[in-house]
Amino acid sequence: MIRGFEAGIIIAVIAPLIGIFLVLRRYSLIADTLSHVSLAGVAIGLLLKINPLIAAIIAAVVSSVAIEKLRISKRIFGESALSIFLSGSLALAIVLISFAHGFGADLFSYLFGSINTVKQSDVYIIGALGILVVAAVIAFYKELVFVTVDEEAAYVSGIPTKFINILLIVLAAFTVSLAIPIVGVLLISALMVIPVVTALQLKMSFKKTIFFADLISVFSVITGIILSFYLNLSPGGTIVLVALGIFILTLFIKRR
Amino acid sequence: MQHVDHAHTIIELDRVCFSYTNEEVIKDVSLEIHKGDYVGIVGPNGGGKSTLLKLMLGILKPNDGTVRLFGSDIKDFKDWSKIGYVPQKTYIEINFPVIVEELVAMGRYGKQGLFHFPTKEDKEKTLTALKQVDMLGYKDRQINDLSGGQQQRVFIARALATEPEIIFLDEPTVGVDIKTQKQFYALLRKLNKELALTLVLVTHELDVVAHEATELGYINRTMEYYGNPEEFLKGAYFHELIGRGGLHH
Ligand SMILES: Nc1ncnc2c1ncn2[C@@H]1O[C@H](COP(=O)(O)OP(=O)(O)OP(=O)(O)O)[C@@H](O)[C@H]1O
Ligand SMILES: [Mg+2]
Repeated sequence: MIRGFEAGIIIAVIAPLIGIFLVLRRYSLIADTLSHVSLAGVAIGLLLKINPLIAAIIAAVVSSVAIEKLRISKRIFGESALSIFLSGSLALAIVLISFAHGFGADLFSYLFGSINTVKQSDVYIIGALGILVVAAVIAFYKELVFVTVDEEAAYVSGIPTKFINILLIVLAAFTVSLAIPIVGVLLISALMVIPVVTALQLKMSFKKTIFFADLISVFSVITGIILSFYLNLSPGGTIVLVALGIFILTLFIKRR
Repeated sequence: MQHVDHAHTIIELDRVCFSYTNEEVIKDVSLEIHKGDYVGIVGPNGGGKSTLLKLMLGILKPNDGTVRLFGSDIKDFKDWSKIGYVPQKTYIEINFPVIVEELVAMGRYGKQGLFHFPTKEDKEKTLTALKQVDMLGYKDRQINDLSGGQQQRVFIARALATEPEIIFLDEPTVGVDIKTQKQFYALLRKLNKELALTLVLVTHELDVVAHEATELGYINRTMEYYGNPEEFLKGAYFHELIGRGGLHH
């Protein structure tokens, strides 16, 4: 469970950090798409007997670049490009799984997250790439913010908007695939979106919004892991329900 | 009339054509804008005013013809800190979590370059710009808690914070009350006269701009008129424009 905690807290920090930019650019569907791509990566990894986490990361990063290229070329409308990737990779994952039928229990933990099966090597990978994601967001913070608020004005200020767009989606790919062992494929986007939307209710500055989203996310993950451990529940589901509980609470507090 | 230094060409368009799809929306537009010019661009809805600004700024690339900014081809242009841009009524998302000071500070980002954090000077310039548009008292307010006119002033402050040599404004006074509008045009006049700031202003307020601007362009796919505003008021395009209801929103 200690390993689960270590990995969980890292994920809790980076998920809203990237999530806020996706939410504000109305890119939330990208997180879902990349998580399904990651699942196909996991299936390939299990089939070829390479570390599924690494396979998921590679699949997600490669597809994220392809998605961005498709978006720029404007040949396919943004949303439908994502849907194609989402359903395509899910189909691939299902076929690969049925092809190698029998990695059942393992697959279940990738779908819904499983703190107990987090390997020590996973913690190292999540730690290293997690630090990379945080460092990239700090280094390119002002560019990411400007491009999110107003891409054309950012371009006219001399900000390399194409690079920043690619950076954001690659960081999203890392975040999504790293979160798989903890919350599972199906609930990653919830962890990236719910704490952000909750913090947005509070109407603060950009920096404070990020800070509060992270606070909510870390709290949800810690509470979720503890509850799931003692009550023997699915950790991914519990974490997301805790985050959702906080969201509903803020809605009520704001209403009054 | 003010003195215009025609020796200093800032923008040069040479037979520029552009289309989003198959249909050409900008056709064969050539013009020169000089330092200290106050250019008003008018024309009917869909006439290509916003597109023309985006072509001048390199946001869009011409299919044909060339755009030169400060003497260099737009493809090689690097000196972005000379440019200020106030886009057409920026759509600010409900709950967009940015306070006034943060938004105006973005005007300094390009000058700072990658991997540099804002300095004390940046902060001062940000506050000065807010003072110029009379919005200093609102610096900690979230942008969507402001009225439309106040938001527009904040976007102008962002352009001013860059300390540009030229500012492009796309319908900056839409949704702004008459009093604020008057203040706004007085501010532009002051910037143009005192700082010799070059201005390119897209607007539907023909009556106002004809009295404020030094040059006036009427665009409806092609640049049908470019020159003295008073001459324009006497000409046929003026009546055509009014006839199409382009004068007011
Ligand atoms: N992104 C786009 N894709 C395709 N067509 C576009 C796009 N933007 C504008 N157009 C078309 O190009 C033409 C010129 O549009 P533009 O926005 O430049 O007009 P405008 O003069 O600024 O109009 P308005 O007064 O309404 O702001 C219009 O016919 C418009 O439909
Ligand atoms: Mg327009």
